[in-house]
Amino acid sequence: MAGGEGALKLLGMWASPYVTRAKLALHIKGLRYENVEEDLGNKSELFLISNPVHKTVPVLIHNGKPICESSVIVQYIEDAFADVGPSLLPTDPYERAIARFWAAYVEDKLANQWVRVLRDKTDEERAEAMRQTLAAVEVLEVGLKECSGGKGAFFGGDRVGYIDVLLGGMVSWVKANEPLFGIKLIDAAKTPLLAAWMESFCELDVAKAVLQDVNEVVEYAKAVQARMAAAAANN
Amino acid sequence: MEAARGGGEGAELRLLGTWSSPWVIRVKVALGLKGLSYEYVEEVLASKSDLLLKSNPVHKKVPVLIHGGRAVCESVVILQYVDEVWAGASGTPILPSDPYDRATARFWATYVNDTVATWHEMIQCLRVTCLQFFPSWRALFRSTTDEQRTEAFKNVVPVVDTLERALRECSKGKAFFGGDAVGLVDVALGSHLVWISVVDEVVGVRLLDKARFPALAAWAERFLAVDAVKEVMPDVRKVMEQYKGFLAKWIASAGPS
Repeated sequence: MAGGEGALKLLGMWASPYVTRAKLALHIKGLRYENVEEDLGNKSELFLISNPVHKTVPVLIHNGKPICESSVIVQYIEDAFADVGPSLLPTDPYERAIARFWAAYVEDKLANQWVRVLRDKTDEERAEAMRQTLAAVEVLEVGLKECSGGKGAFFGGDRVGYIDVLLGGMVSWVKANEPLFGIKLIDAAKTPLLAAWMESFCELDVAKAVLQDVNEVVEYAKAVQARMAAAAANN
Repeated sequence: MEAARGGGEGAELRLLGTWSSPWVIRVKVALGLKGLSYEYVEEVLASKSDLLLKSNPVHKKVPVLIHGGRAVCESVVILQYVDEVWAGASGTPILPSDPYDRATARFWATYVNDTVATWHEMIQCLRVTCLQFFPSWRALFRSTTDEQRTEAFKNVVPVVDTLERALRECSKGKAFFGGDAVGLVDVALGSHLVWISVVDEVVGVRLLDKARFPALAAWAERFLAVDAVKEVMPDVRKVMEQYKGFLAKWIASAGPS
């Protein structure tokens, strides 16, 4: 049922946590793919044709057909390569519903808030976004307990699953939060399970192979901030 | 007994909701499409039941589907759960079986969802994906003056254009986003049609205009004609009354201008 592995291409950008999610899923499944680094200031034609709606990375191209949005891509990899490598979602429909619930939480309450810490224009808005993000991390601690069911350090229990991939793609940025903003996003004193999760996740071979270097992410973020400040000053 | 405990197909179904919430309507349509009977519990948002608070402690929102005593929350999560548990039920599946078609459906469902901004104290908000249709439409919904409405309407039109293209892509010339039968995207967007028509009336212009968006206009008519949809759509006059109440409240709290 799976297409030939040689038919997988990932259009991405090294710093993007959303791209990292796709890479994690591909590596966990043991799938080979061609990694294409996009210059987002100068988008390639293949890229613009493949994601005309959002014009964002990642885009996974499988047998010539594009799939967009990181969470949709990860679910696609799970569906299209169901017979290849480990499953990212449980088989029981109720457990899948719980996993999807917390995945939606990671996306809506954590990732979407946190992006605003970098992008929002005023100090107040950024501070509020940081507060919302930290509040979401505390709730996610409860989610981790519920999903892991005491079977292991991961949301997937003793092995990585869908939520681990979605959150895992963000790990280098999570670690960059302290050097950038002076605040630990995942603090062992406040959210011990998540802190243990992060440690266990980073020990995995797939994490070592895929996650970005934290210092490089910090430099990249600083460059983005500088560009945004310059643009604001010019207005 | 195995079927009574947890999520067997025969186990008891209960839906916690509010009568005008589009996100609750989504679940009602899905349950109707599957031919399922369930107990419906109307929640009063100003004083949420203990059952609701216990079943959805994270968001404290409707809809919540309780199946065999276990709670499933978030409308899109519920839709997929219903689709998977009653995979053999009457009617076609809500999500297609082909992985690529599923990805396409999820992409556009996410697009619809992500654009909904929280409707604060008024209505439960679904969330998700991109940020186009509902935030633009929300500005229109929230407008209290004709000036605001004109501006907001201007901003929402290009987004409806994107949805028109999405319909053509997903439907491949067939009746619905889901093809010959109603699917995930149809339910996600279609459940908001009663509110869209209410706001249309106040604004004085039809958003899904036949001349400008022929595919969407025709789709809306077809969706509203589906039995499972007709049975659950709230009375447009009652929704209009509710909307007029909101408008009065917003105007009052804005103070003299």
